[in-house]
Amino acid sequence: MKKQMLRFSRVSLIYHTKHGETTAAENLSLTVDEGEFVAIIGPSGCGKTTLLSLAAGLLKPSAGTVETGGSCGYMLQKDELFPWRTIEKNIYLPLEVKRQNTPEHRERARSLAVKYGLGDFLQSYPSELSGGMRQRAALIRTLATDPDILLLDEPFSALDYQTRLNVCDDVSAIIRSEGKTALLITHDISEAISLADRVLVLTKRPAHVAYEHRMDFGDVQKPLRRREMPQFSGWFETLWKELNQ
Amino acid sequence: MKYAKEKQLFSHEHMLYLKRRRRRQAVVWTLRVALLVFLLAAWELVTTVFGWVDPFFMSSPSRIARTIASLYAEGTLFYHIGVTLAETLVGFAIAVIVGYGVALALWASETLRKVLEPYIVVLNALPKIALGPLIIIWFGTGSEAIVFMTVLVGVIVATLHMLSAFIATDKNKVLLLRSMGASKWQILYKLVVPSSLASFISMLKVAVGMSWIGSIMGEYIVSRAGLGYLIVYGGQVFKLDLVMSATVILCILAAGMYFLVVLLEKAIVKNAES
Ligand SMILES: Nc1ncnc2c1ncn2[C@@H]1O[C@H](COP(=O)(O)OP(=O)(O)O)[C@@H](O)[C@H]1O
Ligand SMILES: [Mg+2]
Repeated sequence: MKKQMLRFSRVSLIYHTKHGETTAAENLSLTVDEGEFVAIIGPSGCGKTTLLSLAAGLLKPSAGTVETGGSCGYMLQKDELFPWRTIEKNIYLPLEVKRQNTPEHRERARSLAVKYGLGDFLQSYPSELSGGMRQRAALIRTLATDPDILLLDEPFSALDYQTRLNVCDDVSAIIRSEGKTALLITHDISEAISLADRVLVLTKRPAHVAYEHRMDFGDVQKPLRRREMPQFSGWFETLWKELNQ
Repeated sequence: MKYAKEKQLFSHEHMLYLKRRRRRQAVVWTLRVALLVFLLAAWELVTTVFGWVDPFFMSSPSRIARTIASLYAEGTLFYHIGVTLAETLVGFAIAVIVGYGVALALWASETLRKVLEPYIVVLNALPKIALGPLIIIWFGTGSEAIVFMTVLVGVIVATLHMLSAFIATDKNKVLLLRSMGASKWQILYKLVVPSSLASFISMLKVAVGMSWIGSIMGEYIVSRAGLGYLIVYGGQVFKLDLVMSATVILCILAAGMYFLVVLLEKAIVKNAES
Protein backbone atom coordinates (compact mmCIF):
# COMPACT_ATOMS: atom_id res chain seq x y z
CA MET A 1 0.00 0.00 0.00
CA LYS A 2 1.16 3.47 -0.86
CA LYS A 3 2.04 6.06 1.71
CA GLN A 4 -0.76 8.50 2.45
CA MET A 5 0.28 12.11 2.16
CA LEU A 6 -2.94 13.65 3.38
CA ARG A 7 -5.79 12.29 5.44
CA PHE A 8 -8.96 14.04 6.59
CA SER A 9 -10.92 11.97 9.12
CA ARG A 10 -14.47 13.10 9.83
CA VAL A 11 -13.45 16.75 9.71
CA SER A 12 -15.87 19.54 10.52
CA LEU A 13 -15.22 23.24 10.39
CA ILE A 14 -17.46 26.01 11.66
CA TYR A 15 -16.82 29.69 10.97
CA HIS A 16 -18.00 32.05 13.68
CA THR A 17 -18.86 35.65 12.88
CA LYS A 18 -20.88 38.40 14.47
CA HIS A 19 -23.85 37.46 12.34
CA GLY A 20 -23.86 33.77 13.15
CA GLU A 21 -22.07 30.59 12.31
CA THR A 22 -21.38 28.88 9.01
CA THR A 23 -20.64 25.19 8.86
CA ALA A 24 -18.27 24.99 5.92
CA ALA A 25 -17.37 21.32 6.24
CA GLU A 26 -19.03 18.45 8.04
CA ASN A 27 -17.89 14.87 8.44
CA LEU A 28 -15.45 15.27 5.61
CA SER A 29 -13.13 12.33 5.04
CA LEU A 30 -10.62 11.88 2.24
CA THR A 31 -7.12 10.64 1.56
CA VAL A 32 -4.45 11.49 -0.97
CA ASP A 33 -1.69 8.96 -1.72
CA GLU A 34 1.92 9.80 -2.38
CA GLY A 35 2.46 10.85 -6.01
CA GLU A 36 -1.26 11.05 -6.68
CA PHE A 37 -3.00 13.95 -8.40
CA VAL A 38 -6.44 14.44 -6.86
CA ALA A 39 -8.96 17.01 -8.06
CA ILE A 40 -11.86 18.21 -5.98
CA ILE A 41 -14.89 19.81 -7.57
CA GLY A 42 -17.83 21.37 -5.83
CA PRO A 43 -20.34 24.17 -6.21
CA SER A 44 -19.03 27.63 -5.41
CA GLY A 45 -19.19 28.54 -1.74
CA CYS A 46 -19.37 24.90 -0.64
CA GLY A 47 -16.13 24.99 1.32
CA LYS A 48 -13.36 24.11 -1.14
CA THR A 49 -10.97 26.87 -0.10
CA THR A 50 -11.71 26.02 3.51
CA LEU A 51 -10.65 22.45 2.82
CA LEU A 52 -7.28 23.61 1.45
CA SER A 53 -6.73 25.96 4.37
CA LEU A 54 -7.29 23.00 6.66
CA ALA A 55 -4.82 20.91 4.70
CA ALA A 56 -2.24 23.71 4.83
CA GLY A 57 -2.70 24.01 8.59
CA LEU A 58 -3.96 27.59 8.32
CA LEU A 59 -7.19 26.54 10.03
CA LYS A 60 -7.73 24.05 12.82
CA PRO A 61 -10.70 21.71 12.38
CA SER A 62 -13.62 22.16 14.77
CA ALA A 63 -13.88 18.36 14.94
CA GLY A 64 -12.01 15.43 13.42
CA THR A 65 -8.36 15.29 12.42
CA VAL A 66 -6.22 16.42 9.52
CA GLU A 67 -2.94 14.57 9.04
CA THR A 68 -0.26 15.40 6.51
CA GLY A 69 2.71 13.28 5.54
CA GLY A 70 4.98 16.16 4.67
CA SER A 71 5.33 19.84 3.94
CA CYS A 72 2.74 21.75 1.91
CA GLY A 73 3.07 24.29 -0.87
CA TYR A 74 0.06 26.51 -1.47
CA MET A 75 -0.81 28.04 -4.82
CA LEU A 76 -3.60 30.56 -5.07
CA GLN A 77 -6.05 31.62 -7.72
CA LYS A 78 -3.99 34.65 -8.69
CA ASP A 79 -0.22 34.47 -8.96
CA GLU A 80 0.27 36.92 -6.03
CA LEU A 81 3.79 37.69 -7.19
CA PHE A 82 5.19 40.70 -5.35
CA PRO A 83 5.43 43.52 -7.93
CA TRP A 84 8.51 45.09 -6.32
CA ARG A 85 10.52 41.87 -6.58
CA THR A 86 12.02 40.36 -9.72
CA ILE A 87 10.83 36.91 -10.74
CA GLU A 88 14.03 35.48 -9.28
CA LYS A 89 13.49 37.22 -5.94
CA ASN A 90 9.85 36.14 -5.96
CA ILE A 91 10.90 32.56 -6.39
CA TYR A 92 13.30 32.85 -3.43
CA LEU A 93 10.55 34.26 -1.19
CA PRO A 94 9.54 30.96 0.46
CA LEU A 95 13.23 30.16 1.01
CA GLU A 96 13.67 33.45 2.85
CA VAL A 97 10.54 32.92 4.92
CA LYS A 98 11.53 29.39 5.88
CA ARG A 99 15.13 30.42 6.55
CA GLN A 100 16.43 28.06 3.88
CA ASN A 101 17.96 30.86 1.85
CA THR A 102 21.25 29.05 1.25
CA PRO A 103 23.19 29.03 -2.05
CA GLU A 104 22.27 25.36 -2.62
CA HIS A 105 18.55 25.96 -2.16
CA ARG A 106 18.66 29.07 -4.30
CA GLU A 107 20.49 27.16 -7.00
CA ARG A 108 17.87 24.42 -6.92
CA ALA A 109 15.01 26.92 -7.23
CA ARG A 110 16.84 28.77 -9.98
CA SER A 111 17.49 25.67 -12.01
CA LEU A 112 13.80 24.71 -11.70
CA ALA A 113 12.91 28.12 -13.15
CA VAL A 114 15.39 27.69 -15.97
CA LYS A 115 14.24 24.13 -16.65
CA TYR A 116 10.65 25.27 -17.00
CA GLY A 117 11.25 28.18 -19.33
CA LEU A 118 11.62 31.12 -16.98
CA GLY A 119 15.38 31.52 -17.46
CA ASP A 120 15.07 34.64 -19.61
CA PHE A 121 12.65 36.26 -17.21
CA LEU A 122 14.50 35.87 -13.91
CA GLN A 123 15.51 39.52 -13.80
CA SER A 124 12.15 40.77 -15.07
CA TYR A 125 9.40 42.18 -12.91
CA PRO A 126 6.03 40.40 -12.77
CA SER A 127 4.31 43.23 -14.68
CA GLU A 128 6.51 42.43 -17.69
CA LEU A 129 5.20 38.85 -17.94
CA SER A 130 2.03 37.46 -19.47
CA GLY A 131 -0.64 35.98 -17.22
CA GLY A 132 0.38 32.45 -18.15
CA MET A 133 4.06 33.07 -17.45
CA ARG A 134 3.23 34.67 -14.14
CA GLN A 135 1.20 31.66 -13.05
CA ARG A 136 4.11 29.45 -14.07
CA ALA A 137 6.42 31.59 -11.94
CA ALA A 138 3.96 31.20 -9.06
CA LEU A 139 4.18 27.43 -9.45
CA ILE A 140 7.99 27.49 -9.45
CA ARG A 141 7.84 29.65 -6.30
CA THR A 142 5.60 26.99 -4.73
CA LEU A 143 8.09 24.30 -5.73
CA ALA A 144 11.14 26.26 -4.51
CA THR A 145 11.11 24.72 -1.04
CA ASP A 146 10.52 21.26 -2.47
CA PRO A 147 7.18 20.65 -0.71
CA ASP A 148 5.77 17.14 -0.51
CA ILE A 149 2.18 18.14 -1.29
CA LEU A 150 0.98 20.86 -3.62
CA LEU A 151 -2.30 22.50 -2.72
CA LEU A 152 -3.77 24.30 -5.72
CA ASP A 153 -6.80 26.55 -5.25
CA GLU A 154 -8.40 27.15 -8.65
CA PRO A 155 -5.00 28.19 -10.03
CA PHE A 156 -6.24 28.73 -13.58
CA SER A 157 -9.54 30.48 -13.01
CA ALA A 158 -8.11 34.00 -13.35
CA LEU A 159 -6.73 33.26 -16.84
CA ASP A 160 -8.50 33.61 -20.16
CA TYR A 161 -9.61 30.39 -21.87
CA GLN A 162 -6.76 30.00 -24.37
CA THR A 163 -4.08 30.70 -21.76
CA ARG A 164 -5.85 28.47 -19.29
CA LEU A 165 -5.61 25.39 -21.53
CA ASN A 166 -1.90 25.99 -22.10
CA VAL A 167 -1.00 26.79 -18.50
CA CYS A 168 -3.03 23.78 -17.40
CA ASP A 169 -0.85 21.63 -19.68
CA ASP A 170 2.35 23.25 -18.39
CA VAL A 171 1.46 22.91 -14.76
CA SER A 172 0.40 19.32 -15.18
CA ALA A 173 3.67 18.49 -16.96
CA ILE A 174 5.77 20.20 -14.29
CA ILE A 175 3.98 18.54 -11.38
CA ARG A 176 4.11 15.10 -13.03
CA SER A 177 7.77 15.35 -13.94
CA GLU A 178 8.69 16.50 -10.44
CA GLY A 179 6.69 13.55 -9.12
CA LYS A 180 4.70 15.68 -6.70
CA THR A 181 1.55 14.82 -4.83
CA ALA A 182 -1.14 17.35 -5.71
CA LEU A 183 -4.55 18.33 -4.49
CA LEU A 184 -6.34 20.60 -6.95
CA ILE A 185 -9.50 22.52 -6.16
CA THR A 186 -11.62 23.66 -9.07
CA HIS A 187 -15.17 24.35 -10.10
CA ASP A 188 -14.32 23.51 -13.72
CA ILE A 189 -15.35 19.92 -14.43
CA SER A 190 -13.24 19.51 -17.57
CA GLU A 191 -10.16 20.79 -15.77
CA ALA A 192 -10.59 18.14 -13.09
CA ILE A 193 -11.06 15.32 -15.60
CA SER A 194 -8.13 16.36 -17.78
CA LEU A 195 -5.65 16.76 -14.91
CA ALA A 196 -6.39 14.28 -12.15
CA ASP A 197 -5.89 10.62 -11.32
CA ARG A 198 -8.90 10.78 -9.08
CA VAL A 199 -11.81 13.21 -8.84
CA LEU A 200 -13.81 13.88 -5.68
CA VAL A 201 -17.19 15.59 -5.87
CA LEU A 202 -18.23 17.66 -2.87
CA THR A 203 -21.79 18.33 -1.78
CA LYS A 204 -23.24 21.77 -1.26
CA ARG A 205 -22.29 23.41 2.05
CA PRO A 206 -21.50 21.96 4.51
CA ALA A 207 -19.07 20.09 2.31
CA HIS A 208 -18.34 16.42 2.44
CA VAL A 209 -17.31 13.98 -0.27
CA ALA A 210 -20.36 12.79 -2.21
CA TYR A 211 -18.73 10.85 -5.06
CA GLU A 212 -15.30 9.60 -5.93
CA HIS A 213 -14.05 8.47 -9.35
CA ARG A 214 -10.76 7.08 -10.59
CA MET A 215 -10.02 8.45 -14.06
CA ASP A 216 -9.34 5.80 -16.73
CA PHE A 217 -7.15 7.47 -19.31
CA GLY A 218 -4.41 4.84 -19.06
CA ASP A 219 -0.99 6.44 -19.36
CA VAL A 220 -2.29 9.61 -20.93
CA GLN A 221 -1.57 12.50 -18.56
CA LYS A 222 -1.44 15.44 -20.95
CA PRO A 223 -4.64 17.46 -20.36
CA LEU A 224 -5.05 18.56 -23.98
CA ARG A 225 -4.86 14.92 -25.17
CA ARG A 226 -7.27 13.72 -22.51
CA ARG A 227 -9.79 16.27 -23.70
CA GLU A 228 -9.78 14.58 -27.13
CA MET A 229 -10.33 11.05 -25.82
CA PRO A 230 -13.73 9.35 -26.03
CA GLN A 231 -14.05 8.77 -22.25
CA PHE A 232 -13.85 12.49 -21.64
CA SER A 233 -17.42 13.40 -22.51
CA GLY A 234 -18.75 10.44 -20.53
CA TRP A 235 -16.96 11.63 -17.40
CA PHE A 236 -18.10 15.16 -18.04
CA GLU A 237 -21.73 14.05 -18.15
CA THR A 238 -21.43 11.95 -15.00
CA LEU A 239 -19.73 14.68 -12.99
CA TRP A 240 -22.06 17.34 -14.32
CA LYS A 241 -25.05 15.39 -13.04
CA GLU A 242 -23.46 14.72 -9.67
CA LEU A 243 -22.48 18.32 -9.25
CA ASN A 244 -25.96 19.59 -10.02
CA GLN A 245 -27.91 17.32 -7.73
CA MET B 1 13.09 57.39 -41.27
CA LYS B 2 14.19 56.42 -37.75
CA TYR B 3 15.60 58.55 -34.98
CA ALA B 4 17.75 57.40 -32.12
CA LYS B 5 16.94 58.47 -28.61
CA GLU B 6 18.52 56.85 -25.59
CA LYS B 7 19.72 53.99 -27.77
CA GLN B 8 16.15 53.31 -28.86
CA LEU B 9 14.69 53.82 -32.30
CA PHE B 10 11.45 55.72 -32.70
CA SER B 11 9.26 56.24 -35.73
CA HIS B 12 8.84 59.65 -37.30
CA GLU B 13 5.31 59.82 -35.92
CA HIS B 14 6.52 59.18 -32.39
CA MET B 15 9.13 61.94 -32.69
CA LEU B 16 6.36 64.33 -33.74
CA TYR B 17 4.32 63.21 -30.74
CA LEU B 18 7.25 63.86 -28.40
CA LYS B 19 7.78 67.26 -29.98
CA ARG B 20 4.12 68.19 -29.48
CA ARG B 21 4.36 67.08 -25.89
CA ARG B 22 7.44 69.17 -25.25
CA ARG B 23 5.79 72.15 -26.87
CA ARG B 24 2.71 71.79 -24.69
CA GLN B 25 4.93 71.65 -21.61
CA ALA B 26 6.78 74.76 -22.72
CA VAL B 27 3.46 76.58 -23.12
CA VAL B 28 2.38 75.60 -19.62
CA TRP B 29 5.64 76.83 -18.11
CA THR B 30 5.58 80.09 -20.05
CA LEU B 31 2.03 80.78 -18.87
CA ARG B 32 2.92 79.96 -15.29
CA VAL B 33 5.79 82.44 -15.25
CA ALA B 34 3.74 85.01 -17.17
CA LEU B 35 0.96 84.79 -14.59
CA LEU B 36 3.43 85.42 -11.76
CA VAL B 37 5.00 88.37 -13.57
CA PHE B 38 1.55 89.76 -14.33
CA LEU B 39 0.40 89.50 -10.70
CA LEU B 40 3.58 91.11 -9.39
CA ALA B 41 3.40 93.88 -11.97
CA ALA B 42 -0.26 94.58 -11.25
CA TRP B 43 0.47 94.64 -7.52
CA GLU B 44 3.34 97.07 -8.01
CA LEU B 45 1.28 99.26 -10.34
CA VAL B 46 -1.83 99.64 -8.18
CA THR B 47 0.24 100.42 -5.07
CA THR B 48 3.43 102.30 -5.90
CA VAL B 49 3.00 103.57 -9.47
CA PHE B 50 -0.67 104.63 -9.67
CA GLY B 51 -1.18 104.91 -5.95
CA TRP B 52 -4.74 103.51 -6.11
CA VAL B 53 -4.19 101.48 -2.97
CA ASP B 54 -2.11 102.60 -0.03
CA PRO B 55 0.98 100.34 0.15
CA PHE B 56 0.63 100.66 3.92
CA PHE B 57 -2.27 98.19 3.67
CA MET B 58 -1.05 96.02 0.81
CA SER B 59 2.72 96.43 0.74
CA SER B 60 4.22 95.98 -2.73
CA PRO B 61 6.76 93.75 -4.46
CA SER B 62 9.46 96.40 -4.41
CA ARG B 63 8.89 97.10 -0.72
CA ILE B 64 8.99 93.38 0.02
CA ALA B 65 12.28 93.09 -1.81
CA ARG B 66 13.65 96.03 0.15
CA THR B 67 12.46 94.58 3.45
CA ILE B 68 14.09 91.24 2.74
CA ALA B 69 17.29 93.02 1.72
CA SER B 70 17.36 95.01 4.95
CA LEU B 71 16.68 91.88 7.03
CA TYR B 72 19.63 90.37 5.25
CA ALA B 73 21.75 93.45 5.90
CA GLU B 74 20.85 93.35 9.60
CA GLY B 75 21.94 89.71 9.58
CA THR B 76 18.61 88.45 10.96
CA LEU B 77 17.15 87.01 7.74
CA PHE B 78 18.83 83.62 7.93
CA TYR B 79 18.48 83.55 11.69
CA HIS B 80 14.68 83.70 11.46
CA ILE B 81 14.59 81.30 8.52
CA GLY B 82 16.90 78.91 10.37
CA VAL B 83 14.78 78.94 13.54
CA THR B 84 11.53 78.17 11.70
CA LEU B 85 13.15 75.65 9.37
CA ALA B 86 14.74 73.77 12.26
CA GLU B 87 11.48 73.66 14.24
CA THR B 88 9.57 72.50 11.18
CA LEU B 89 12.07 69.82 10.19
CA VAL B 90 12.48 68.43 13.70
CA GLY B 91 8.70 68.40 14.20
CA PHE B 92 8.21 66.81 10.79
CA ALA B 93 10.76 64.08 11.49
CA ILE B 94 9.32 63.26 14.91
CA ALA B 95 5.74 63.27 13.59
CA VAL B 96 6.63 60.95 10.71
CA ILE B 97 8.66 58.51 12.82
CA VAL B 98 6.20 58.39 15.71
CA GLY B 99 3.21 58.23 13.33
CA TYR B 100 4.77 55.33 11.45
CA GLY B 101 5.61 53.49 14.65
CA VAL B 102 2.18 53.94 16.19
CA ALA B 103 0.55 52.84 12.93
CA LEU B 104 2.66 49.68 12.99
CA ALA B 105 1.64 48.94 16.56
CA LEU B 106 -2.02 49.50 15.72
CA TRP B 107 -1.69 47.27 12.66
CA ALA B 108 -0.11 44.51 14.71
CA SER B 109 -2.74 44.46 17.44
CA GLU B 110 -6.41 44.63 16.59
CA THR B 111 -7.26 44.96 20.27
CA LEU B 112 -5.03 48.00 20.65
CA ARG B 113 -6.63 49.45 17.53
CA LYS B 114 -10.13 48.98 18.91
CA VAL B 115 -9.17 50.41 22.29
CA LEU B 116 -7.49 53.52 20.92
CA GLU B 117 -9.93 54.23 18.09
CA PRO B 118 -12.15 56.75 19.93
CA TYR B 119 -9.11 58.57 21.33
CA ILE B 120 -7.58 58.93 17.91
CA VAL B 121 -10.84 60.16 16.43
CA VAL B 122 -11.14 62.83 19.11
CA LEU B 123 -7.49 63.88 18.84
CA ASN B 124 -7.85 64.10 15.09
CA ALA B 125 -10.94 66.29 15.29
CA LEU B 126 -9.57 68.55 18.04
CA PRO B 127 -8.25 71.91 16.81
CA LYS B 128 -4.70 71.65 18.12
CA ILE B 129 -4.49 75.39 18.74
CA ALA B 130 -6.89 74.89 21.63
CA LEU B 131 -3.98 73.27 23.44
CA GLY B 132 -1.89 76.45 23.11
CA PRO B 133 -2.06 77.55 26.76
CA LEU B 134 -1.31 74.03 27.97
CA ILE B 135 1.70 73.81 25.72
CA ILE B 136 3.03 77.11 27.05
CA ILE B 137 2.65 75.90 30.62
CA TRP B 138 4.26 72.53 29.90
CA PHE B 139 7.04 73.55 27.54
CA GLY B 140 7.55 77.27 28.15
CA THR B 141 7.91 79.68 25.28
CA GLY B 142 10.96 78.26 23.56
CA SER B 143 11.44 76.11 20.50
CA GLU B 144 10.37 72.96 22.39
CA ALA B 145 6.81 74.26 22.54
CA ILE B 146 6.78 74.93 18.82
CA VAL B 147 8.25 71.56 17.95
CA PHE B 148 5.64 69.95 20.18
CA MET B 149 2.86 71.82 18.37
CA THR B 150 4.31 70.74 15.02
CA VAL B 151 4.41 67.11 16.10
CA LEU B 152 0.88 67.33 17.45
CA VAL B 153 -0.49 68.66 14.17
CA GLY B 154 1.35 66.10 12.02
CA VAL B 155 1.43 62.90 14.01
CA ILE B 156 -2.26 61.95 13.93
CA VAL B 157 -2.50 62.47 10.20
CA ALA B 158 0.69 60.44 9.67
CA THR B 159 -0.64 57.65 11.89
CA LEU B 160 -4.05 57.43 10.24
CA HIS B 161 -2.56 57.63 6.75
CA MET B 162 -0.11 54.76 7.36
CA LEU B 163 -2.59 52.67 9.32
CA SER B 164 -5.07 52.66 6.46
CA ALA B 165 -2.25 51.70 4.07
CA PHE B 166 -1.10 48.86 6.35
CA ILE B 167 -4.63 47.55 6.75
CA ALA B 168 -5.18 47.66 2.99
CA THR B 169 -2.38 45.10 2.46
CA ASP B 170 -3.54 42.45 0.00
CA LYS B 171 -5.22 39.69 2.05
CA ASN B 172 -4.26 37.00 -0.42
CA LYS B 173 -0.59 37.92 -0.24
CA VAL B 174 -0.81 37.69 3.55
CA LEU B 175 -2.43 34.28 3.14
CA LEU B 176 0.36 33.23 0.81
CA LEU B 177 3.01 34.21 3.33
CA ARG B 178 1.12 32.51 6.14
CA SER B 179 0.95 29.32 4.09
CA MET B 180 4.76 29.47 3.93
CA GLY B 181 4.77 29.67 7.71
CA ALA B 182 5.72 33.34 7.92
CA SER B 183 5.74 35.06 11.31
CA LYS B 184 3.96 38.35 11.87
CA TRP B 185 7.35 40.04 11.80
CA GLN B 186 8.15 38.50 8.41
CA ILE B 187 4.77 39.50 7.02
CA LEU B 188 5.55 43.01 8.20
CA TYR B 189 8.91 43.53 6.56
CA LYS B 190 8.48 41.31 3.53
CA LEU B 191 5.02 42.54 2.57
CA VAL B 192 3.38 45.28 4.62
CA VAL B 193 6.25 47.77 4.59
CA PRO B 194 7.25 47.46 0.92
CA SER B 195 3.68 47.39 -0.36
CA SER B 196 2.87 50.60 1.52
CA LEU B 197 5.81 52.56 0.09
CA ALA B 198 3.63 54.66 -2.20
CA SER B 199 1.41 55.58 0.73
CA PHE B 200 4.50 56.47 2.75
CA ILE B 201 5.49 59.01 0.11
CA SER B 202 2.01 60.51 -0.05
CA MET B 203 2.02 60.65 3.76
CA LEU B 204 5.29 62.61 3.64
CA LYS B 205 3.68 65.10 1.27
CA VAL B 206 0.75 65.62 3.60
CA ALA B 207 3.06 65.81 6.62
CA VAL B 208 5.18 68.54 5.01
CA GLY B 209 2.12 70.77 4.80
CA MET B 210 1.05 69.86 8.33
CA SER B 211 4.49 70.66 9.76
CA TRP B 212 4.43 74.18 8.37
CA ILE B 213 0.95 74.69 9.79
CA GLY B 214 2.17 73.40 13.14
CA SER B 215 5.37 75.41 13.37
CA ILE B 216 3.83 78.72 12.27
CA MET B 217 0.85 78.18 14.56
CA GLY B 218 3.30 77.45 17.38
CA GLU B 219 5.24 80.61 16.65
CA TYR B 220 2.03 82.63 16.64
CA ILE B 221 1.37 81.49 20.17
CA VAL B 222 4.74 81.59 21.85
CA SER B 223 7.81 82.53 19.92
CA ARG B 224 10.44 85.23 20.04
CA ALA B 225 12.01 84.33 16.71
CA GLY B 226 11.19 82.76 13.37
CA LEU B 227 9.05 83.60 10.37
CA GLY B 228 5.79 83.14 12.28
CA TYR B 229 7.12 85.54 14.89
CA LEU B 230 7.95 88.11 12.18
CA ILE B 231 4.41 87.82 10.84
CA VAL B 232 2.82 88.30 14.24
CA TYR B 233 5.18 91.08 15.19
CA GLY B 234 4.72 92.81 11.82
CA GLY B 235 0.95 92.62 12.28
CA GLN B 236 1.07 94.10 15.76
CA VAL B 237 3.13 97.11 14.74
CA PHE B 238 1.33 97.52 11.40
CA LYS B 239 4.41 96.72 9.32
CA LEU B 240 2.66 95.00 6.45
CA ASP B 241 5.92 94.86 4.51
CA LEU B 242 7.36 92.59 7.15
CA VAL B 243 4.23 90.38 7.20
CA MET B 244 4.28 89.99 3.42
CA SER B 245 8.03 89.39 3.29
CA ALA B 246 7.88 86.58 5.84
CA THR B 247 4.90 85.07 4.03
CA VAL B 248 6.73 85.10 0.71
CA ILE B 249 9.76 83.40 2.27
CA LEU B 250 7.43 80.82 3.83
CA CYS B 251 5.90 80.06 0.44
CA ILE B 252 9.35 79.49 -1.03
CA LEU B 253 10.48 77.25 1.85
CA ALA B 254 7.30 75.17 1.87
CA ALA B 255 7.48 74.70 -1.89
CA GLY B 256 11.16 73.74 -1.60
CA MET B 257 10.45 71.11 1.04
CA TYR B 258 7.61 69.66 -1.00
CA PHE B 259 9.90 69.56 -3.99
CA LEU B 260 12.48 67.60 -1.98
CA VAL B 261 9.85 64.98 -1.18
CA VAL B 262 9.00 64.74 -4.87
CA LEU B 263 12.70 64.21 -5.61
CA LEU B 264 12.80 61.50 -2.97
CA GLU B 265 9.77 59.88 -4.58
CA LYS B 266 11.48 59.89 -7.99
CA ALA B 267 14.64 58.39 -6.50
CA ILE B 268 12.67 55.62 -4.80
CA VAL B 269 10.64 54.82 -7.90
CA LYS B 270 13.81 54.68 -9.99
CA ASN B 271 15.48 52.50 -7.40
CA ALA B 272 12.52 50.12 -7.34
CA GLU B 273 12.66 49.81 -11.12
CA SER B 274 16.36 49.06 -11.44
N1 LIG C 1 -13.21 33.61 7.26
C1 LIG C 1 -14.50 33.26 7.12
N2 LIG C 1 -15.41 33.66 8.05
C2 LIG C 1 -16.71 33.33 7.93
N3 LIG C 1 -17.21 32.61 6.93
C3 LIG C 1 -16.37 32.17 5.97
C4 LIG C 1 -14.98 32.49 6.02
N4 LIG C 1 -14.39 31.95 4.93
C5 LIG C 1 -15.36 31.32 4.25
N5 LIG C 1 -16.55 31.45 4.86
C6 LIG C 1 -17.83 30.86 4.41
O1 LIG C 1 -17.65 29.48 4.32
C7 LIG C 1 -18.25 28.97 3.14
C8 LIG C 1 -17.22 28.23 2.31
O2 LIG C 1 -16.25 29.15 1.83
P1 LIG C 1 -15.09 28.70 0.86
O3 LIG C 1 -14.33 27.60 1.48
O4 LIG C 1 -14.31 29.91 0.49
O5 LIG C 1 -15.89 28.17 -0.42
P2 LIG C 1 -15.40 27.85 -1.90
O6 LIG C 1 -13.93 27.98 -1.96
O7 LIG C 1 -15.88 26.49 -2.18
O8 LIG C 1 -16.07 28.83 -2.81
C9 LIG C 1 -18.85 30.16 2.42
O9 LIG C 1 -20.22 30.19 2.67
C10 LIG C 1 -18.19 31.35 3.02
O10 LIG C 1 -19.06 32.45 3.07
MG1 LIG D 1 -12.68 29.30 -3.12
